Amino acid sequence: MKYRIVVDPIGCVGHRICADLFPERITLDDWGYPIIDPKPITPNLLEHARRAIDGCPTLALRLEKIATERSRK
Amino acid sequence: MTSQSGAERQSRAVEDRANQASDAPSSGRRLFALVDGVGATALETHRGHYAEPPVPSRARPKLIDAIERSGLRGRGGAGFPTGVKMQAVASRRRQPVVVVNGTEGEPISRKDATLLQLQPHLVLDGAALAAAAVGANAVFICIERTQQHSIDAVSIALAERFRAEPNGVAMALKPTPPRYVAGEETALVHWLNGGEAKPTRTPPRPFEKGVGGHPTLIDNVETLAHVTQIVQYGPSWFRSIGTASEPGTALMTLSGAINRPAVYEAPVGARLGALLERAGTPHGIGAVLVGGYFGSWLDARTAGQARMSNEFLRPLGGGLGCGAVAVLPSQCCGVLESARVMRWMADESAGQCGPCVNGLDAIAATMRNVAAGRAGLDALATLERWAGQVDGRGACRFPDGAIRFLRSAMAVFAEDFRDHARGHPCLHVRAPRVLPIPTIEAGWR
Repeated sequence: MKYRIVVDPIGCVGHRICADLFPERITLDDWGYPIIDPKPITPNLLEHARRAIDGCPTLALRLEKIATERSRK
Repeated sequence: MTSQSGAERQSRAVEDRANQASDAPSSGRRLFALVDGVGATALETHRGHYAEPPVPSRARPKLIDAIERSGLRGRGGAGFPTGVKMQAVASRRRQPVVVVNGTEGEPISRKDATLLQLQPHLVLDGAALAAAAVGANAVFICIERTQQHSIDAVSIALAERFRAEPNGVAMALKPTPPRYVAGEETALVHWLNGGEAKPTRTPPRPFEKGVGGHPTLIDNVETLAHVTQIVQYGPSWFRSIGTASEPGTALMTLSGAINRPAVYEAPVGARLGALLERAGTPHGIGAVLVGGYFGSWLDARTAGQARMSNEFLRPLGGGLGCGAVAVLPSQCCGVLESARVMRWMADESAGQCGPCVNGLDAIAATMRNVAAGRAGLDALATLERWAGQVDGRGACRFPDGAIRFLRSAMAVFAEDFRDHARGHPCLHVRAPRVLPIPTIEAGWR
């Protein structure tokens, strides 16, 4: 099972914590809102992803399963 | 009339009328065929041409099938196949609801208001047929509360129907807050459910869980008017005009530096040049904005060869959108006009998503400085970076449309943007303004 991290743009108010906790996939735009790299999260990075999700004060981040061809059908 | 006989009659209408549609409009004037230049077509006149829609019960696959075979695509801007949408709603477990989207927040479009005011029953029949198709028992008609003429026309039409056809599907008129994004479908649903008219996070999409939690079919008023004609005259009649992938006619609002600003009906795929000839361009053509404010600019040469279809316009970065077209005269500043529109866009943000709120505001401020000749060349690179940082990062597609507009302005007026940024604004900044900028109304409820 592959995952990526997604942000709820309405829930996010730009605390910027996620970019510190998960720099491998999250950078900030010019206004401090997270730009998410949609690449699958490799197993060794899952711990960082979970820390960023737990650290978001507005609970705006979550892990999403990446649909494979088979699971989409 | 029982619903069973209604269903049989409808099925006959769909299957057979294509061959015997003696009074089917044969020219490119279809939705406007009965327009007599006086006012709204009365129900009695309308029924001389269109059968009464069946009373909704369970979903009617034959109706959906007819819409799918017609190839009709939504005329609200996204161009999604209407039959596919109906199918998605009808296949849900709970009973669906239909929402008629008559909110025309696009500042240079008048086609929905014109259609509602001249042919309200063509739209309302379409809504009743859509309800019959998906098996809905309630229709909500959403019109901006500032559109008094449309509200009056629809109120009168609803009263006519209630008197003459009391068994028709229940329809309620809902005057909406007059904000641009209030017409976005999740915003409409949220407002109908008692909240603010602002987009919500998805999923669920309205077809899954919409008004009152029911699967909700939301269609633009022009789309529904086409539904009425497809059911009456048949899918092959509908396809006999327009292009293979985008059949039928479309309503197009032409404005700006032209002699006859009006709503025109033309086959999808019509030459933009021919439309502009019909409208008259006495001040020359500097550039043409196609698809409304969230569409894209075409330079005069491209506009002359362009066709009014998504198939033609999407590869150029634009689209048919709601069919609105504005002509800038040759003596006009495209940088300034675009900066004015961008300020309006930034102010119309619902203020929910950081990149939209902050990005569009920063872009609008910088475009204004560019237009005024005090930004410096770096500003253009900054605008491009910001375009990349805003595009695709909202809960809805509003910021994406604003960025499409920005990018097309910077491409079509590239030289002008450079001259302005360098501190040499063109002489036309003092010419009369062309594009209308609406005042923004307060209130999201």
